[in-house]
Amino acid sequence: MTDIKRSLASMKEGEEGVLERLDLPDDMAQRLMTMGFLPGSHVRVTRRAPGGDPRVYRVDGSEIALRRETAIHLYLTTKDSE
Amino acid sequence: MSDQSSAGPAAPEADHTQPAPEPRSGGQAPSVLAGRADRPRPRFVALVGPPNSGKSTLFNRLTGLRQKTANYPGVTVEKRVGRAQLRGGLEVKLIDLPGVYSLTAHSEDERVTRDVLVGEMQGLEQPDAVILILDSTNLERHLMLAAPILALGLPTLIALNMRDDLDARGGDVDVVALARQVGAPVTLISATLGDGLETIYDFLEGVIGSPDLLQLPVLRLPVISDAPECRRWAAVVGTEAHYRSPAPPKWTRRLDAVFLHPVAGPIIFLTVVVAVFQSIFTVAQPLMDGVEVLVTISGGWIASIMPVPWLRSLLVDGIWSGVGSVIVFLPQILFLFLFIGLLEDSGYMARAAFIADRTMAKVGLQGKSFLPLVSSFACAVPGILAARTIESKRDRIATIMIAPLMTCSARLPVYTLVIAAFIPERPLLGPFLGTRAASLLGLYVLGLLAAIFTAALLKSSILRADRSPFVMEMPPYRVPTFHSISLRLYDRTKIFVRRIGTVILTVTVLLWVLTQVPLMNGETPPIEESMVGTLGRTIEPLIEPLGFNWKIGVGLVTSLAAREVIVGTLGTIYGIEGANEDSVGLQESLRRDLTLGGAVALLIFFAFALQCMSTVAVVRKETGGWKWPIIQFTYMFVLAYSGAFIAHWLLG
Ligand SMILES: Nc1nc2c(ncn2[C@@H]2O[C@H](COP(=O)(O)OP(=O)(O)OP(=O)(O)O)[C@@H](O)[C@H]2O)c(=O)[nH]1
Ligand SMILES: [Mg+2]
Repeated sequence: MTDIKRSLASMKEGEEGVLERLDLPDDMAQRLMTMGFLPGSHVRVTRRAPGGDPRVYRVDGSEIALRRETAIHLYLTTKDSE
Repeated sequence: MSDQSSAGPAAPEADHTQPAPEPRSGGQAPSVLAGRADRPRPRFVALVGPPNSGKSTLFNRLTGLRQKTANYPGVTVEKRVGRAQLRGGLEVKLIDLPGVYSLTAHSEDERVTRDVLVGEMQGLEQPDAVILILDSTNLERHLMLAAPILALGLPTLIALNMRDDLDARGGDVDVVALARQVGAPVTLISATLGDGLETIYDFLEGVIGSPDLLQLPVLRLPVISDAPECRRWAAVVGTEAHYRSPAPPKWTRRLDAVFLHPVAGPIIFLTVVVAVFQSIFTVAQPLMDGVEVLVTISGGWIASIMPVPWLRSLLVDGIWSGVGSVIVFLPQILFLFLFIGLLEDSGYMARAAFIADRTMAKVGLQGKSFLPLVSSFACAVPGILAARTIESKRDRIATIMIAPLMTCSARLPVYTLVIAAFIPERPLLGPFLGTRAASLLGLYVLGLLAAIFTAALLKSSILRADRSPFVMEMPPYRVPTFHSISLRLYDRTKIFVRRIGTVILTVTVLLWVLTQVPLMNGETPPIEESMVGTLGRTIEPLIEPLGFNWKIGVGLVTSLAAREVIVGTLGTIYGIEGANEDSVGLQESLRRDLTLGGAVALLIFFAFALQCMSTVAVVRKETGGWKWPIIQFTYMFVLAYSGAFIAHWLLG
């Protein structure tokens, strides 16, 4: 098992990872952080909209919808189980 | 004591220069921190909390008012002041505020909350105490907001709401320990059930929570601008308070698996929409017929007991036919609101916004714009206010501009009347969808398409901007309560009846007077020769290309007051005109006056035209000037006129 680093957008439904960093303008990063997207928190992809975008993420006890264009700027580490 | 300082600037400043809170121990009430003693009580208390935590529900409980509540974030977008009655005949002023995640405002609604809390709201003094309402089922994240709120230095009560849900899902928290950590009283409540409100009253009465009764917090407050530090602080507080988070809501997961399913989701949605439209015609129709019979019978009865001819004409032909022709639409409107209420209270609306985001993105908007648009199905005014939750200014204006194109409930009477008069009912999909319901649905879709088209137009020209992000919290599903739904319907009935009693009644009486003058040889004139007829015939050349005669023209003029007034107006005109013949009913009279092309033109005109002065006023207020309302009014008029013209020209 190794840690791998990837963006939230690249994760599939049901996958989970630990948030490392938010590569976003300060304003947006602050907003996401107050909603639970803090470095160190566990993020899980729970669902996607019928078209595949946006998706719902479970983080810190709540479910937050984000678009792919935002999710690609969030970096996580996941355990590679293979 | 009841002499409350009014909101004026002369109100004395709240005294914040009290000595630093001294630690104190002993005498603890079971669920709170401090001892009991009669203390200066707060005068003006703010209800603050993250979105969807139950602030408005609590506000309604305490004040007896009816702030809108619903199960999605961002329902309240404006401050609302009310008074709560305390024991011993005392009163306290409360203010319900839009939900916030922090005190940094990203949108207009969040700015309201921030400004009120720091005392920068014009014409309003700073609150002298705060009730912080947090969702106990997601305590640690919600506690992040406690840091900046406690740092305001105002006496604060922390109310952990949704206790019923916390218990049901097996969560737990020790409020005494929690209170000790943060140095403020804490209580567990359920705003919907009214559980645990005693502590809230104690706080409002100054029995607990005033600064000199408090202990110093065990934990130092974090640096509030640092979100990670706030969260770490919240985690320590949670651990010390033995917080056991509840199991994730399993019904939410199951329902989402269905409602957000790529295939089943949209099919279910369409089925529900079709069923609603069909039931407006099949289920609501008998009710409408019932009301209509009542109106006719009571009208006949009044006519029979009213000896004075002119009074009889005013009451029966004028008011009764005018007002009566509108009131029959009450069952339909309640039906629509029942449906909207179920969607909003269950939490489905947030999912609809989520699904709609992709489509909204194509025209340059985002999913959050969808919620104001859906609100506009009820009425554009709250819809336009709801646009405050949209962070990007340009997106917000674009949403405001398109909201009145959504089919508001004031259009419903006009649509149903014309559809019922011109479209014969035939089944299209067996018993599930008939021609009339399909036509009505078509008109809703027409409004939606026009809105989307207009958004695309605006966002690619004068309101062009970078794509703004879509970030939205999905609430758990909740079972809509009978109480909440029946209140919605009751309030809607009140609004509808009030509109009939004010706008519609006034216009009707005025109209009746104008049909009686000028007198000809001391007799009332034939209606064509009356003032109303003259007015109608003056504008007739303008509307003739749309297939409308002067009577419809008069209706178009009066409908500027409110859309459904046209129905009352036509009711009155036909009522007076037909006073001497057998009553033929509004639908029959309409069929005599309009061709099919004219009828379609009328529907299209109503779909697009901005005949609503309240909307114009609220757009001016929300955009801060006349520019946008003027553009909007003109644009929608051009759209309505050309649309109606083309329809009449094509269909004849
Ligand atoms: N189970 C349960 N549901 C509650 C309770 N209090 C409020 N709710 C529900 O939570 C939802 C949100 O309530 P609101 O009062 O509108 O919340 P708010 O904090 O005013 O929300 P915003 O105005 O959007 O910030 C509604 O569906 C309420 O019925 C409670 O104690 N228990
Ligand atoms: Mg609210």
